[in-house]
Amino acid sequence: MPDRDRAQVLEVTSLRKEFGDLVAVDDVSFSIPEAGSLAIVGESGSGKTTIARMIVGLERPSGGSITACGHDRSRPARSLADRRRRGREVQIVFQDPYTSLDPRQTAEGAIDEVLRLHHGWPAGRRRARVAELTDLVGLDERQSRALPRALSGGQRQRVAIARALAAQPRILILDESVAALDVSIQAQVLNLLADIRDETGVSYILISHDLAVVRQLADTTIVLRRGQVVEQGPTARVLDDPRHAYTRLLRDCVPRPGWKPTRQLARASASAGQADPDKEAPRG
Amino acid sequence: MSDPLLAIDGLTVRLEVRGARRAVLRDVALTVRAGEALGLVGESGSGKSMTARAIDRLLPRGAEVDGTIRFDGRDVHALSGPDLRRFRSQVAMIFQDPRAHVNPVRRIGDYVTEALRTNLGASPADASRRAADMLAQVGIEGGPRRLRQYPHELSGGMLQRVMIAAALLTEPRLLLADEPTTALDVTTQAEVMAILDELRHEYGLAMLFITHDLELAAAICDRTAVMYAGQIVEIRESGRLHDDPLHPYTAALAAARPDITRAAGRLRAIPGRPLSAFEAPAGECAFAPRCPHVRDACRAGPPPLAELGGGLSRCVRAHELRGKLGEPANA
Repeated sequence: MPDRDRAQVLEVTSLRKEFGDLVAVDDVSFSIPEAGSLAIVGESGSGKTTIARMIVGLERPSGGSITACGHDRSRPARSLADRRRRGREVQIVFQDPYTSLDPRQTAEGAIDEVLRLHHGWPAGRRRARVAELTDLVGLDERQSRALPRALSGGQRQRVAIARALAAQPRILILDESVAALDVSIQAQVLNLLADIRDETGVSYILISHDLAVVRQLADTTIVLRRGQVVEQGPTARVLDDPRHAYTRLLRDCVPRPGWKPTRQLARASASAGQADPDKEAPRG
Repeated sequence: MSDPLLAIDGLTVRLEVRGARRAVLRDVALTVRAGEALGLVGESGSGKSMTARAIDRLLPRGAEVDGTIRFDGRDVHALSGPDLRRFRSQVAMIFQDPRAHVNPVRRIGDYVTEALRTNLGASPADASRRAADMLAQVGIEGGPRRLRQYPHELSGGMLQRVMIAAALLTEPRLLLADEPTTALDVTTQAEVMAILDELRHEYGLAMLFITHDLELAAAICDRTAVMYAGQIVEIRESGRLHDDPLHPYTAALAAARPDITRAAGRLRAIPGRPLSAFEAPAGECAFAPRCPHVRDACRAGPPPLAELGGGLSRCVRAHELRGKLGEPANA
């Protein structure tokens, strides 16, 4: 393993989450080194977002442990100080840039609030840091002072990334954060994320259904199906030489030059153990 | 060659936005032959959905429309009464979010058989039988039971297949598909695309397939049109789009996508952001502000959509740049 010498910023061991009778996450373990990036890949209902929510503290695990920067976070925070420390360890950027910002708060205001809360710096220092962060994510002065409604989707996502970085987290969870962006903007944000990692040493957890995005940003990849890890390894190996039929299926379903969709692919999906599409569980 | 099934010429659409008239489509021209699949690819604001809405006469109130849309030789915007009803039964539309287009408190069967009963006068029993048969064709077994279910009892992928079944039941000649698989998982997308492709060939159905995904359009459509800022910038045989693009925007769009087979050091992002028709410069090439190949000639006037190598390109340098646009890929 190449990562054994590097300090692990996040260790997840035998993580489990049950919702009533449904086991949403079943015995999932992984670790991420400093400045590393791990992708969690899977389809709807695979449990990938539930894992993210448990790491960030929005959902309480039914079993297993989560350790970030040496601190356990599988149980709720016991004090305000504890809660804020957790906020400085892990931050999350959600998929939808249209609902994740306060419509009455400018980009500067949103970033400043996080700086005040987490670092308690005086106004002058906060102002300087706000300028650094907006510059880092490529927002100009007008955009930094604009309300979300005056910004495009890509610009809003930059605000959400700058706001998450304001807490100086060691781990940033990107939950489908580039999925809703136009192709030309998505490339800009992916380049930006690579730059930020080089500059700050932050680690990424990339929750994604898009294998090309995963290839671009993640060192290691976990393939999740119905809450269970079916394959885990270096991203290049998992995508070039998948060992599990389900990983192969996911890869073969990606359109590319010469690709032809066939119903056989869908039948392969059933034989790879996925629920027969005709017997899918009803959604509530 | 026979006349195209759908022919759009000089289509310009202006909408009233906050008191001002703003163009959303500018001089759009395209044709779809009977049985042909044409992909319509673009980013947000490019006008791809608006084009479909114009064809199906679903434009917002107060829209100002210039140019012509002909279906089977007849001007679509001049149709009324029985002619309009006949047109509607021949042109079906499916959307990105099936859940937003079905009534959640009505049964699946009511939705699927509605057009058969109201437009074509089928009896309820006959409509239900035909609906169950069509559900089987889109891969949904147990039709009669499914028809009694409600939308919330079906997954997104299954509901999209129900939409397709409903769209095909009136035996349309043209299907307008607006991002029908964008909200679906990749395996479900592959299945839905396979079903569409198969049934389209079986019924000789023409399709206008709208998507942001260049690779998906190229894979399933005979030809692909690329839109930018309310204009068509390129139309090309899908098989050649990737290796021999005719417009810098098409090439830039393909190069900006990350590649599943290898990680790039840096992605070749397109600077700036996609522009809507009314934001784009009017007296020059709309893509000029973001184009890596821009020259003075590009600023001299809006370039026409001109023929080149069996395709069409709205680039004054297309001839000169030919063969140089496909590479280099991401460094």
